[in-house]
Amino acid sequence: MNNRTGGLRFFKINSTAQLFLLCTPALILLLLFNYIPMGGLIVAFQDYRVDKGLLGSEWIGLKNFEFFFQSDTAWRITRNTVGYNAVIIVLSTTLAVGFAILLNEITRKLFAKIYQTLMFIPYFLSWVIVSSMLFAFLEPSLGFLNRILVGLGIQPPNWYFAPEYWPYIIVVMAIWKSLGYTSLIYFAALLGIDREYYEAASIDGASKLTMMLKITLPFLMPLISLLTLISIGRIFSGNFDMFYNLPKDNGILYSTTDVIDTYVYRSLRVMGDTGMAIAAGFYQSVVGFVLVLVSNYLIKRTNEDNAVF
Amino acid sequence: MDTKEKSDNRLLLVFSHGILILFSILCILPIIIVISTSLSPEKDVINHGYRLFPREITFVAYEYIFLNAQKLLHAYWVSFSVTAVGTVVGLLVNAMIAYPLARKDFKWREKISFYVFFTMMFTGGLVPWYMMITSMKLQNTFWVLVVPYLVAAWYILLLRTFFQTVPVEIIESAKIDGSNEFGIFFRMILPLSKPVLATVGLLIIFQYWNDYWLGLLFITDDKLISLQYLFYKIMANLDFYINNASYLPPGISQDSLPKLSSRLALSILTSLPMLFVFPFFQKYFVKGLTVGSVKG
Repeated sequence: MNNRTGGLRFFKINSTAQLFLLCTPALILLLLFNYIPMGGLIVAFQDYRVDKGLLGSEWIGLKNFEFFFQSDTAWRITRNTVGYNAVIIVLSTTLAVGFAILLNEITRKLFAKIYQTLMFIPYFLSWVIVSSMLFAFLEPSLGFLNRILVGLGIQPPNWYFAPEYWPYIIVVMAIWKSLGYTSLIYFAALLGIDREYYEAASIDGASKLTMMLKITLPFLMPLISLLTLISIGRIFSGNFDMFYNLPKDNGILYSTTDVIDTYVYRSLRVMGDTGMAIAAGFYQSVVGFVLVLVSNYLIKRTNEDNAVF
Repeated sequence: MDTKEKSDNRLLLVFSHGILILFSILCILPIIIVISTSLSPEKDVINHGYRLFPREITFVAYEYIFLNAQKLLHAYWVSFSVTAVGTVVGLLVNAMIAYPLARKDFKWREKISFYVFFTMMFTGGLVPWYMMITSMKLQNTFWVLVVPYLVAAWYILLLRTFFQTVPVEIIESAKIDGSNEFGIFFRMILPLSKPVLATVGLLIIFQYWNDYWLGLLFITDDKLISLQYLFYKIMANLDFYINNASYLPPGISQDSLPKLSSRLALSILTSLPMLFVFPFFQKYFVKGLTVGSVKG
């Protein structure tokens, strides 16, 4: 008896160690590319110089932040980043859930498959490619959209010189590219609902709409909270690929297209202003994190079960 | 009552089809325009703009690209090898950590879960990450195009959710038969998890194939230019010269720059492989896309 428990215990430790061993490659990579860079955030308080390194650079307190927040850019890129993300999160979640429910209504498998595939195609394409496609629509004299507008007797604006149109263009493109994918995520979740709920409800005489509101939506709520929370975690990070490529990094359009990520990139690589880049990056990380905590708290207050942590 | 309900349902079905057809068309319309333009003679593009259907079909744009194929073929090779290595290694590394996190009896499950999923909520941002990679002297190496994307909490989440659906009894009985954890993972769990491996694999393939960002940040060596980065560079040069014709090097006129149709032909050639990849994965794709809650 004694012997047997001893054997089991040994087995258990051994098994934990084996499972841990499976984790190690990912743990090390996360350490290198996520955790050590988090520590690197302290350079925000330094006058960082490559030749002096992290330990040798001079500490300057909040100077980097002073420069950053005194510029007009700080407000502009915050407004753009948060504004775009908020609109995109709301629109894309609503539409994705809606499309998932529509897909779920399609009883013929073949049609459902065709729609899924076609809607997923934009997700295949890189933003560099999408940018060149957008150009094929908006090109001043040859663009597809412009020619339609001319045909209708409307003089199209020169899009690439008119910042006021870009909020619409960017939101439309963001949704266009990701809707197929996000709606598939919700659709996959819908497949997990037990059909019996619907059968029971329909025996009780519930309409389709009632079922949607009383069965489908509550079932999706935890997933909606989770995905929204993840998006809020990134509300301070604009999708660099999109914001950099669609307006073609065009200075005339910065007022409505520049986000924190594109600004940090330009400061670092084009203007060589590491201090500004770091201050903006630090601000982005910290405020983004606070927002996650706040929104998780809010979700928790409305419904304990939907909170993520 | 019954007939009213029936007609309601019918209406809903028609509505669903209508919306889905409309959006599906919007999704492929730009691609059709790009393909059609890439097959049009240059003079038609200049005179009639970008069109849904070519007035006349020619492969001149593609021939023009393949006149100078060496760079392109090399870029294909870079993209292909980065994608292949990144996908195989990435899938393995993410699955290897997702599996223990799916095991309720794994002692350090909660601590490691936190360690992994915290990275979705908080990051160091671009600058420290960039400094980390340059301090490891990874610039202008093959690995800089692979390693930074290997682990992602989102993929671990997808994989873990799927692994949790594998019945515990299977694992228990394998243990009784004397398998160790590695054996169980590689010989039982992985073969049972084809749907999620296909799904995550596809997402990783897209990520590597479509990336130009790592190239933009870390690559100056011509030998390591990937397809997307090549396309990006061509577009960026073109935009620059279109906006600033006076900067053109002497002896080159705007007319001799790559033509409109060739540009689009190149974008087709860049994206084409991914359009062929998807059908192979579709069978599994939706099944593998279930995300659980982060709480365990």
